[in-house]
Amino acid sequence: MEHIRTTKVEQVKLLDRFATNNKSLTGTLYLTATHLLFIDSLQKETWILHHHIASVEKLALTTSGCPLVIQCKNFRIVHFIVPRERDCHDIYNSLLQLSKQAKYEDLYAFSYNPKQNDSERLQGWQLIDLAEEYKRMGVPNSHWELSDANQEYKICETYPRELYVPWTAKKTVIVGSSKFRSKGRFPVLSYYHQDKKAAICRCSQPLSGFSARCMEDERLLEAISKANPVNCYMYVVDTRPKHRIQSWWATQKDIGRIIVRTSSKIRNDEKIRESNEKKRLNAMANRAAGKGYENEDNYSSIRFQFVGIENIHVMRSSLQKLLEVNGTKGLSVNDFYSGLESSGWLRHIKAVMDAAIFLARAIMVENASVLVHCSDGWDRTSQVCSLGSLLLDSYYRTIRGFMVLIEKDWISFGHKFSERCGHLDGDPKEVSPVFTQFLECVWHLTEQFPQAFEFNEAFLLQIHEHIHSCQFGNFLGNCQKEREELKLKEKTYSLWPFLLEDQKKYLNPLYSSKSHRFIVLEPNTVSFNFKFWRNMYHQFDQTLHPRQSVFNIIMNMNEQNKQLEKDIKDLESKIKQRKNKQTDDILTKELLHSVHPESPTLKTSLCFKEQTRLPVNDSLRTIEGSSPADNRYSEYAEEFSKSEPAVVSLEYGVARMTC
Amino acid sequence: MEFAELIKTPRVDNVVLHRPFYPAVEGTLCLTGHHLILSSRQDNTEELWLLHSNIDAIDKRFVGSLGTIIIKCKDFRIIQLDIPGMEECLNIASSIETSQWRLSYVNKEFAVCPTYPPIVIVPESIDDETLRKVATFRHGGRFPVLSYYHQKSKRVIMRSGQPLTGTNGRRCKEDEKLINATLRAGSRGYIIDTRSLNVAQQARAKGGGFEQEAHYPQWRRIHKSIERYHILQESLIKLVEACNDQTHNMDRWLSKLEASNWLTHIKEILTAACLVAQCIDREEASVLIHGTEGTDSTLQVTSLAQIILEPRSRTIRGFEALIEREWLQAGHPFQQRCAQSAYCNTKQKWEAPVFLLFLDCVWQILRQFPCSFEFNENFLIMLFEHAYASQFGTFLGNSESERCKLKLQQKTMSLWSWVNQPSKLSKYTNPLFEANNLVIWPSVAPQSLLLWEGIFLRWNRSSKYLDEAYEEMVNIIEYNKELQAKVNILRRQLAELETEDEMQESP
Repeated sequence: MEHIRTTKVEQVKLLDRFATNNKSLTGTLYLTATHLLFIDSLQKETWILHHHIASVEKLALTTSGCPLVIQCKNFRIVHFIVPRERDCHDIYNSLLQLSKQAKYEDLYAFSYNPKQNDSERLQGWQLIDLAEEYKRMGVPNSHWELSDANQEYKICETYPRELYVPWTAKKTVIVGSSKFRSKGRFPVLSYYHQDKKAAICRCSQPLSGFSARCMEDERLLEAISKANPVNCYMYVVDTRPKHRIQSWWATQKDIGRIIVRTSSKIRNDEKIRESNEKKRLNAMANRAAGKGYENEDNYSSIRFQFVGIENIHVMRSSLQKLLEVNGTKGLSVNDFYSGLESSGWLRHIKAVMDAAIFLARAIMVENASVLVHCSDGWDRTSQVCSLGSLLLDSYYRTIRGFMVLIEKDWISFGHKFSERCGHLDGDPKEVSPVFTQFLECVWHLTEQFPQAFEFNEAFLLQIHEHIHSCQFGNFLGNCQKEREELKLKEKTYSLWPFLLEDQKKYLNPLYSSKSHRFIVLEPNTVSFNFKFWRNMYHQFDQTLHPRQSVFNIIMNMNEQNKQLEKDIKDLESKIKQRKNKQTDDILTKELLHSVHPESPTLKTSLCFKEQTRLPVNDSLRTIEGSSPADNRYSEYAEEFSKSEPAVVSLEYGVARMTC
Repeated sequence: MEFAELIKTPRVDNVVLHRPFYPAVEGTLCLTGHHLILSSRQDNTEELWLLHSNIDAIDKRFVGSLGTIIIKCKDFRIIQLDIPGMEECLNIASSIETSQWRLSYVNKEFAVCPTYPPIVIVPESIDDETLRKVATFRHGGRFPVLSYYHQKSKRVIMRSGQPLTGTNGRRCKEDEKLINATLRAGSRGYIIDTRSLNVAQQARAKGGGFEQEAHYPQWRRIHKSIERYHILQESLIKLVEACNDQTHNMDRWLSKLEASNWLTHIKEILTAACLVAQCIDREEASVLIHGTEGTDSTLQVTSLAQIILEPRSRTIRGFEALIEREWLQAGHPFQQRCAQSAYCNTKQKWEAPVFLLFLDCVWQILRQFPCSFEFNENFLIMLFEHAYASQFGTFLGNSESERCKLKLQQKTMSLWSWVNQPSKLSKYTNPLFEANNLVIWPSVAPQSLLLWEGIFLRWNRSSKYLDEAYEEMVNIIEYNKELQAKVNILRRQLAELETEDEMQESP
């Protein structure tokens, strides 16, 4: 609280982000310990969690006041005008402090209290059990076993304690391999395909110099490929683009001017790009740099494959460009598409998707195991392994399965959530939308396979909200070891039970769990299948959304159908009772005329109650933004007529018209 | 039509009457075939009986849900009625306002305008002789006619060809009189020219032009540029080409999609239509729309404005009527425009996907308001197919007069009669439809506009999973109806049993 100098400012204006004519709402701005709150004159509340704030900007003073622009990690952008510069300055400074915490203990999760007792809290944390998950996959088995090598985080700090490796891999092999791999992240099991007996494994890049070999590493890879009794070769997938490994390491280590020269020469020459010569030189460059990828000569029975996903820095600036374009007022169609193109965002999404498809195909078609790595094996590797598993296994397309998938491939294997999401005031170069891209890939799959997922878009958006909210403990820290040290399970709550409790909101009404065709998804990745995810990047810009949601209607109707089915059962049993009673009555009457049957009034009243409970079909279909009261165009009529001579402005996102 | 048929609300209670020299009276307002009557229903208070024919003009105002109608009589008297309820007030006002429009048969032989139908709607006060004169001043003889009458605001959309002002600024008093006749005293209207100012100015050299402010002081002209002819055709060719090449990488696909400009055209057309709808509904001003000929972009705009404004045009019958009225009767040259499509290499002359763009715009609105249309995407696709190639006579020819000469009515079948068979309609009906009586304002931001996959990707990717999902949705809706019906039957049954029981108990 010591950062808050002003807690309340009145007469603040909230500008409409896309209106061309400075349309605004006036209201009061409140600053609390955790949120920024704006209540407009219609009593509509806008809550912004401090942790969601990505940047605060104070613009030059205008006649109406001091503009304050807040960009959020969930892509909300708010533009306030504070009447007095002093107030604006105070709020600006407070927000700067509050949005960037230095210590984990200052994050919201450590003060958030959803009124649960300790055992409920613990239960929540135990909801997702990865040991159970590996059991479900079918390990340990005759080929794979649980290794205790990392029990004390001694071999790899960023891996979980429990790791699955081929049973033939002895501890010395593991230790040796880990020394040969960046950050000690040696090859371990990520997903086991029970039918095909093939595995998805993950690791970081090898530290192979010009001639350096690591026998243990070679043996571990051999053990992995032998663990697949069906196929004798395995794929090693390097998720990085070929040319980048080379140039990056060359500049990083500043070794071998020759390498730099040859490589740049080659890069200039597009035609040779794919030639064998280039491949050879590339490999040389990488190995000379001391890090790189596996030499096919040294490893028996591996097939090496690049899939070309860009690094975190490229992804960060790509998203930045995308958001810049989309934030433009009066954006033209051409600017939108050329911005979309030059941002490269969809190209990156497609690259991730293609890599995942490669994995799924290797396992389904060739029955081959796959080892995936990038540089450190916690960004691109997590994307590709998790998405590949999602394509292969329909379990991960259920609500609970998706939580398990995130826990396994992202949280437990050390995707650096706190650094990538910028939870603490740290290096901005570590921030990158890697997980957001994963969610977007899943969204694209839900678009292509509308019946394959148990969850809906709202579920993805909600998860995205919480990777940044710091409200729950799941995504805090950068690896399991760090999380244990922070005692998150004792001090914070897990997100998953809260999502499960609200499950109804996240169900896909069209989900078809019965159909077996969906066991493997084979998405089409022709470019035209990739669309801009409006509901993510414009989730708070309601005016850009469809005004009626088919999805909500069907969801409500599904709910209603369940209720109706129940009502029918109730009614049928009541009718049956009645009928039985009537026959009984007749019998009774015939036998004992003097005895009165039970009064029926009680049941009648019950029945009426039910009648009122039945939802009316009409009420299900709301037309958002279309009633004259909340239609945002209504205010414009006035302005339209006022702007007499030259310019007429239209508000639905666009146009200026001149006579 | 009898006046009595126009009366939507014959009686309203709690109406307050204000008139000169009398205290305000609260009572019941009745509309009969000849009179407007207000009675307090007390013996000693005088009742108001006003002949409809005495009404000279009316004004209406709203404060919250309280409406006020001010009636100005031909004997100079002015009275005021406060009517609770917006809808009642609007109904009363619309009943007592007199019609200002008539049917004209001036084009019976297609002599005045070859591309107009034999019957057109024009202002009551304009006689056929004037129309003939105006026709000589408008491109292709297309004098301003009524396209749409908006009940709520009582404003109209008219359309025409460009005025033939030429380089020396020719004017036509009759033309000015005609379009001014659609305005009420003191009010102003908008002329939406679907060409840029530049293009409109250039048109003067060829004898065309636009309305000069000096001669049309009550009208404000706005230029909303919409592309025409070969530019649209090229756009279509580029788009189809881009969609057909599956090898494009992402950058190439996006740049090809952008370069086709298709969605830019969609945005331009929708924006112009929204502007017109805004003039009518929000500004309460009448609009005249024209481009050059008034047979292409003009029709896109007038018909889309109606989709936005008029709930009926979003029903199947209403939409069919809209196409019949605003496209076929209005003289869109289907034969010329749809002679070739995207694959033809021969030099294009008159081809342009004007109608397809219109359908695409409707689809965009349908996507944004998926429950407000009685028809579904398949209906639009079907219309696209038939406009380009059809076994029915409906889209043959370039105008009504051509269709008459070809005796299509005698020699061919109508698409509508085929489509309107219940067995065919089921495929085209939107299961989510729920009549929405509001004006629907679409978003035209680029983020809200989508590529119409049902048309452009139809043969390039399997829609199996999407189709299955659609079927599942239909099943859920059908099942819901079934369950509702069953619950109702069971309820009735139970209620009957209960009454039986009660009857037995209380003999």
